[in-house]
Amino acid sequence: MNRFDYIRPASLEEALAAGARPGAAYLAGGTNLLDLMKVGVAAPALLVDVTRLPGLDAIEETAEGDLRIGAMVRNSDIARAPEIKALFPMLAEALLSGASAQLRNAATAGGNVLQRPRAALLDGMRGDDRDLAVLGWTDACACVHPSDFAVALAALDARLEIAGAAGLRAVPLADFLSLPEGAAEAVPALAAGELLTAVVLPAAAARVAGHARYVKLRERTSFAFALVSVAAALEMEGGRIRSARLALGGVAHKPWRTPAAEAALAGAAPGPEVFARAAALALEGAAPSGDNAFKIELARRLVARALALAAAGTPARVPALPASPLDADHGAPAYV
Amino acid sequence: MTHTVNLVLNGERRAIALDDPRVTLLDLLRERLDLTGTKKGCDRGQCGACTVIVDGRRVNACMSLAVTLDGAEVTTIEGLAQNGELHPVQAAFIEHDGLQCGYCTPGQIMSAVALIAGGEAADIGDDPERLREAMSGNICRCGAHRGIIEAVLDARTRMADAKKEQAA
Amino acid sequence: MSDAIPTPEHARFGSNSGEALSRRDGHDKVTGAATFAADNTPAGTLHAVYAAAGIARGRVLTLDVEAARAHPGVVEVMTPADPPKLAMDPENKFHGFAFRFDCLQNDRVRFAGQPIALVVGETLEAATEGARLLAPTYEAETPGMGFDAEAPYAPEAVGIGAAPAASKGDMEAGIAAAAQVIETRYETPAQYHNAMEPHAVVAQWDGDRVTLDMPNQAPVMSRPMYAAFLGIPPENILIRTPYLGGGFGSKAIVNGPQMLAVLAARKLGRPVKLVLKREQMFGPVGHRGATRQDLRLGLDAEGGLTALEHKALSVTSRFDEFIEPAANASLHLYPAPAISVSHQAVRNDVGTPAPMRAPGEAPGLTALECAIDEAAAAAGLDPLAFRLRNYAETHPMTGLPYSSKALRECLELGAERFGWAGRPMAPRTMRDAQGRLLGWGLGVAQFPATFFAAAARATLRADGTALVETSGVDMGQGAWTALAQIAADGLGLSIDRIEFRSGSSDLPDAGIAGGSGHTATAGSALHSAGVDAIARLAEIATEDPESPLFGAGNSGTVAKDGRIHRRDDDSRSESYADILARAGHATLVGEGSASRPASAGEQHAFFSHGAVFAETAVDPDLGQVRVTRMVGAFAAGRVINPKLVRSQLEGGMIWGVGFALHEEASHDPVTGRVRNGDLAGYHVPVHADIPELTVLTVDEVDPHVNLLGVKGVGELSITGAAAAVANAVAHATGVRPRRFPIRMETLIG
Repeated sequence: MNRFDYIRPASLEEALAAGARPGAAYLAGGTNLLDLMKVGVAAPALLVDVTRLPGLDAIEETAEGDLRIGAMVRNSDIARAPEIKALFPMLAEALLSGASAQLRNAATAGGNVLQRPRAALLDGMRGDDRDLAVLGWTDACACVHPSDFAVALAALDARLEIAGAAGLRAVPLADFLSLPEGAAEAVPALAAGELLTAVVLPAAAARVAGHARYVKLRERTSFAFALVSVAAALEMEGGRIRSARLALGGVAHKPWRTPAAEAALAGAAPGPEVFARAAALALEGAAPSGDNAFKIELARRLVARALALAAAGTPARVPALPASPLDADHGAPAYV
Repeated sequence: MTHTVNLVLNGERRAIALDDPRVTLLDLLRERLDLTGTKKGCDRGQCGACTVIVDGRRVNACMSLAVTLDGAEVTTIEGLAQNGELHPVQAAFIEHDGLQCGYCTPGQIMSAVALIAGGEAADIGDDPERLREAMSGNICRCGAHRGIIEAVLDARTRMADAKKEQAA
Repeated sequence: MSDAIPTPEHARFGSNSGEALSRRDGHDKVTGAATFAADNTPAGTLHAVYAAAGIARGRVLTLDVEAARAHPGVVEVMTPADPPKLAMDPENKFHGFAFRFDCLQNDRVRFAGQPIALVVGETLEAATEGARLLAPTYEAETPGMGFDAEAPYAPEAVGIGAAPAASKGDMEAGIAAAAQVIETRYETPAQYHNAMEPHAVVAQWDGDRVTLDMPNQAPVMSRPMYAAFLGIPPENILIRTPYLGGGFGSKAIVNGPQMLAVLAARKLGRPVKLVLKREQMFGPVGHRGATRQDLRLGLDAEGGLTALEHKALSVTSRFDEFIEPAANASLHLYPAPAISVSHQAVRNDVGTPAPMRAPGEAPGLTALECAIDEAAAAAGLDPLAFRLRNYAETHPMTGLPYSSKALRECLELGAERFGWAGRPMAPRTMRDAQGRLLGWGLGVAQFPATFFAAAARATLRADGTALVETSGVDMGQGAWTALAQIAADGLGLSIDRIEFRSGSSDLPDAGIAGGSGHTATAGSALHSAGVDAIARLAEIATEDPESPLFGAGNSGTVAKDGRIHRRDDDSRSESYADILARAGHATLVGEGSASRPASAGEQHAFFSHGAVFAETAVDPDLGQVRVTRMVGAFAAGRVINPKLVRSQLEGGMIWGVGFALHEEASHDPVTGRVRNGDLAGYHVPVHADIPELTVLTVDEVDPHVNLLGVKGVGELSITGAAAAVANAVAHATGVRPRRFPIRMETLIG
């Protein structure tokens, strides 16, 4: 780790001023930034500790009826919050399928969304093909976004609240990460010194609470990044799908929303054929970035599975093995 | 610049002068405070050997800068046994042979202690499957998994029984 | 799941052996009091961190030594520009366990992760940053990676000095006689030991004497090796390893990083501590080399083997050799009239492989036991029936009887507990309530019952207690407990009257904690030392007219519970303390040693055996696999401590799960680096991967294998376990996995 200065500002204003200084980086849970610093990828000159800033550590309903998760709320606290369990159970399942209990106890909502791809640790090496993208990749970047949380957030149309010198602004999560031409990884839409202060879940997204699942394939049963993951949520009405929300993880530089597949689901009666059609649409445009064509087929199948599980209904309780197809009691049987 | 970090460390108030903000909680414990029971297995939050309890929550000490912890209450493996009497989790690890080389053991035990005492316990209940998932952040390479899980379940039951007895 | 393993009567070897004692070091390990090497920080300690090569082949062009030196707290930067002096060339393979290592003697890079500079600092933080600031540049060459990197060659030896090929009978005749021939290929990847405790050393010099606190599986054997490189007498070196946080074969070999720290401490005149970072454990400290194995099995019409051919291609390094002796696994298990095994090797630009838990047997038996399942299917026989049909009553190559072999009993007991009898022959026919495909698989486990050489000392003390000493190392197998149990029995004392000293090179040589031979070897030496001490004590007593034992010389004496009794009259006895006191001795020392006579191998074949049964659930659409339960039944001679033996056998089975489903080092073809070289990328099983595990042991009375009748269990159960999982996956899905670890894409079709 390089030498750095450390400050712990008492107010948001102080933090923003410090964060605008050259070489400054905000420090929250530290589980990603410290890792990057340890391998020498990040070398901030100033760490601005934002963990104790007032107003960032609560989950609360906004005046508009949306749910605001302060950026400093720890992942484990989000997953166990009663309002999350009741309104956005898919978020809890996604969070609990990620990392370990120890890391979830430290990592914050904001830090999770902002974490850099595993490829950032690779010191210029191309990752193993199986860890690379099959959607939206470029010659310069085939790395994948590592977050589970963000995939579920993307499906729920979450907005990010960002504080800067000019005040607060809101950005849809889906627009937050972009991949400029020639960039080696996706870049968050943050100006210098801006601080992510909250993740906001629109009230409308709670309508899918009864039919929302996050499903994740990984190469050991727990404590592993997603090979492929899917957040699938359905708004059901009279036995038909009123609207659908679908996002994929592990396949692109950002959580991958699938408007065409969602449109195909809207108005349909749930069933294997419609799910298969949606899965095909979800992977439209997918192409191997190496010896990883299998991920396209796996993703297709996982979309169909996730939709089937979502249609069967959100389980009353997060499964023993969250998001795992190998859970002993994984919702209703959905196999073909 | 020297930072002062006030900790309640294993029940004792400590004011620690830190000349380098790079020091992690793990290296502070091991290299500067001679509390070497907490182990370094990966230094990257990937193995759980350094698990300690900070303000009631189990965390990886390697992924926490000491300077950020001013005012925190920290419990390490050295702070578990009281008056020479092992914590029920420690005793259960010995009884169920939930250890072999012993290197991951302090982390496994701290993880289990926090889990039993904290908010997770209610979610897990006595379901071994949920417990295995909850303990998956603590890697054991010797293969003591069966003994570890049995030990935690057993300790949890004993602690609950003892609590009931106390209440009665 | 937690049923106790019954202790058969004969297993008792005195009052202690056979008892399921809890670990005597358990208290220290659960309280954090157990001191591993890196827990030592003598006054004035400096911290060392090395820079690791980011390429696998080429030369270091530049290092920014000035930047490193300028970093506050950096004390020293060692580079090849001023190579540290060694008394012997580290290329010199003067010893069977001497592997070439890299110690800044030149600017060449021959594997990724090789030390290319060492930075020493007043603090760990300073040294770490100093090493980063070196920012090396390279002249890189394209590394050779993979089985086909270049033409294979025929190695002179495999493993540690084993013959690279062996055969009996006429292979082509065996194939010609077969009703059908199975030809099959399996590949296993590079795997890394990844003990939880990283390699470390704390080196303290005092003149020309040095104390090394380090994890070392063979402290006494290592002493002359360090001595040769450091140019000091072996007795000037003290290696202390009271606890070792997992070795698995990687901590018996002198390596560059640890040597550099020792040299830095000498140069700077202060204690130096070096701890490998986790990512640095993927290079200079050994691994299991990748193998590609081709098997050919001839079957007669009844499912009997007519021929068994096993060829292995093993990856070794560019500059040294450890050839994974995988094919040799086919020499000892199945009685085909024609058997042939052979090895080839290919050089890659990787760190030199090393023995890793069951070297040879783990990948070799995995391939063989999968091939045997394929043969069983071809013969239309149940996998268990096929193995019984091809059961070796005597050793397949030599015809010698096994000293003991309860494999049949293991197969029967394991099958019964597992519920194997209901297994349908056809694959892809069983499902669980959720619709997941279920499969049941079997793998036979086998490992040689090794025996090395060891010495021990037992000192009876005036207060009736004893001190027992041997250098042996506890790396989790339970030496602190099991060896003390044996020692106590040798002395006729209860274990609480024994002070057991171990884990230090100034004690009698217990040999290497490895090869699954430590308990048998060191235990035999300890037993002999106790017997020697008691014999001396009995001689004093029986010649002393004042002793109740006077004149018992002819009929003899028996030692138990701290007293010597007349064999012909149990009521006449005297305590050790009284005998010593009257003779005016403060202590009485017995010496013991143990080795297996070479002729023993001409009379018997010595092996442990077992049968591992696994059930796997596989998602039919997605191909994700989970082992849902495993049963292993093992026969390994006398069990000294059933509790610890069970744990070791479980550990090996879990390694089998990792072998089958998780472990693989992925190399970057451009740089040759291990790109998943950390514990987030290199997967080993976590708790959620290990749902249900049952270990059973089958009693074996073995009067031939050694004095104690003890075989080893440290490596036995990984052999067989990986194949059991793979065979279960094949049974579940109808897809035969040929590459390890088994991946989803293989199973989704």
